[in-house]
Amino acid sequence: MIKHFLNLEWKQYFRSSYWQKNIAINILMVFFALYFVAMFLGLGFGLLFILKEMYPEQDPFVVANGFLFYWIIGDLLMRFFLQKLPVMSVKPLLTLPIKRSTVVNYVLGKSALSFFNFLPLFAIIPFSIMLIGDGYAVSEIITWLFALIITVLIINFLNFIIEAFSAESELSFLPIIVVVSVLFGLNYFEIVPMTSLIGSGFLAIANHPIFILIPIAVLIGCYVFNYKTLIKKLYLDSSLKSKVAEVNASDLSWTERFGDIAPFMKLDLKLIWRNKRTKSMTFLLLIGVLYGLFFYPQPMYREMTFMSAFIGIFSTGFFLINFGQFIPAWDSGYYKLLMSQNIKYEQYLRSKFILMVISVVLLFVLGIPYVYFGYKILIAHFAAAIYNIGVNTHVILWGGSFNRKKIELDKKAAFNYQGTGAVQWLIGIPLMLVPMGLFGLVNWLAGFAAAIALLIVLGVLGIVFHKKLMKGITKKYGDSKYKMIDAFSQDN
Amino acid sequence: MIYTKDLSKTYNGTTVLNIEELTIPKGQSFGLVGNNGAGKTTYFSLLLDLIKPTTGNITSNNVVVDESEDWKPFTSSFIDESFLIGYLTPEEYFYFIGELRGQNKADVDTLTAKFEDFFNGEIIGKKKYLRDLSKGNQKKAGIVAALIGQPEVIILDEPFANLDPTTQIRLKQIIKDLAEKQGVTVLVSSHDLTHVTDVCERIVVLEKGNVIKDLETNPATLKELEAHFAGRAVVSQEEE
Repeated sequence: MIKHFLNLEWKQYFRSSYWQKNIAINILMVFFALYFVAMFLGLGFGLLFILKEMYPEQDPFVVANGFLFYWIIGDLLMRFFLQKLPVMSVKPLLTLPIKRSTVVNYVLGKSALSFFNFLPLFAIIPFSIMLIGDGYAVSEIITWLFALIITVLIINFLNFIIEAFSAESELSFLPIIVVVSVLFGLNYFEIVPMTSLIGSGFLAIANHPIFILIPIAVLIGCYVFNYKTLIKKLYLDSSLKSKVAEVNASDLSWTERFGDIAPFMKLDLKLIWRNKRTKSMTFLLLIGVLYGLFFYPQPMYREMTFMSAFIGIFSTGFFLINFGQFIPAWDSGYYKLLMSQNIKYEQYLRSKFILMVISVVLLFVLGIPYVYFGYKILIAHFAAAIYNIGVNTHVILWGGSFNRKKIELDKKAAFNYQGTGAVQWLIGIPLMLVPMGLFGLVNWLAGFAAAIALLIVLGVLGIVFHKKLMKGITKKYGDSKYKMIDAFSQDN
Repeated sequence: MIYTKDLSKTYNGTTVLNIEELTIPKGQSFGLVGNNGAGKTTYFSLLLDLIKPTTGNITSNNVVVDESEDWKPFTSSFIDESFLIGYLTPEEYFYFIGELRGQNKADVDTLTAKFEDFFNGEIIGKKKYLRDLSKGNQKKAGIVAALIGQPEVIILDEPFANLDPTTQIRLKQIIKDLAEKQGVTVLVSSHDLTHVTDVCERIVVLEKGNVIKDLETNPATLKELEAHFAGRAVVSQEEE
């Protein structure tokens, strides 16, 4: 049976239009994967020396265990955003003579083979070898190694449990934020000293191998929980007879002042508000506003002025980047309708443009209190906002014309954690690295004022040439019209 | 009204549609029949400029459809559910289409009020999103949306499929009225020979992308079509 599943997936992957049209992105992904492998290998071999250097008085093995808590938290957070439960279209399988448990076990088993589970091994195994080389007892280190591998798998399955909860909840980021901040808070305010607790836990396992049964039990618990959640979803009625949502209609007549793009504004706002997938976007506005708080309270970052340009671009453009990168895929479900209706591409795109501009202005205004950390930050944020409005909106709209991946907004079926994959995060890089690089360079060469001026000038240029740029972008969309229609009507 | 010349569509060397010449006059109810893969949906997609013709083109009201977008104001269509916006209610969907076609809410309300029978009380005022409606009700909403804004050309792909018998009969009356009383050019495709002969003045049979029959509907047409498709089945059995 497994053989058939693998065969199906192989075909699904390589026969999807996405794969065939995006070889470049796939190559880039492989490149990134190799980069991370190299980083982790470096960390694995170097960690022992680093620890000896930084904590010469302490046992490096004990110190390393003290850091495990942060690793677990970080891994969990990263996985939530990047790793998704492998998707499998189950509907065609339900009527075939296949046990439901086989399907679930297969999906869960496959997730254990994720890249995210192998990545830590590239650090853990070399580190263990170095420890053994340094004279630690072989049996002790091997046990520790196994405990860590089990922990990786626990994190793997724990992540899916959190994701399952977030799929149910209205604000999809809430569960992960709650879990992580509770753990972190317990530790930080020393209510429960998680750091030393987990550290000494692993040390205890290393010393008394019998304790390894505890993580194994936790792992089994997580697996069983996942199994139970998934098998419940394997009935058609949970996907076919999904609960009928009550309509929430709100008065959107204020959009009328935007003239001929009003119908599209209304449509976009309803799109955002009525679909689970897009609703989390509004939550991103909040993250965008609070993003600076990760950095500015630390004096170290306040002195690096080029950082404030980066944070400015990121925090005022948070919605822009996350919403913009899926234009026009948001409308992929009914793209044929739009293309055969009496609409102008330009109006359709301008509606999205206005929406993004509004979000940038809103995020900038909400971010004004950052002036508390220094007036330079406010100036940098202002320049970044102008740059976002003038340049990044156009760049992301232009990038959208290369979009060939369908988004199924109304798919509530089981196994659907369809979401932002790693690929989508890559798109953000040119949007942020270019302004950051320019700003850093000019800041270094000619000073802060010149760098700010550069961002503002670029932004204003973009605004001045808006009509021209939109014309070019519209033409680009027109040129790839048939390709988009074709790709959006495919299932994968 | 609609003039097709030397039209062909080829995918990787396989020709799926090849029409030398086809003229559909204004106000005609035009039926397209043929087995699966005959090219019905391909023809409609070409007519809506959703795919690009390999050769030739279609001219609708003197507008070449793959060169200009000026055919859009007087053309409307319902091909499949992908023409619906799932997160809107039927009313909102009608208003949206109405706005695109320069109709205000009152115009749209007047039009949809005429279809109360057709909707059978299951569409308007139900406070449900289109994605939560049954397949048949989705289709009803899509068909009525295609009638908004006095289009001169209406294209409906398989409009009878998924509809219950009562609605099928009502839909037939609607299509007939459009062509006879309002002078609208209606293009319909169907697998159901009875429906097409009931509704259409003219029926074209497609087979493997070619026009093989072009009939004015008369009382004998249904028999002729049935004989044609049954005959084909017999022939292909013999071939095997």
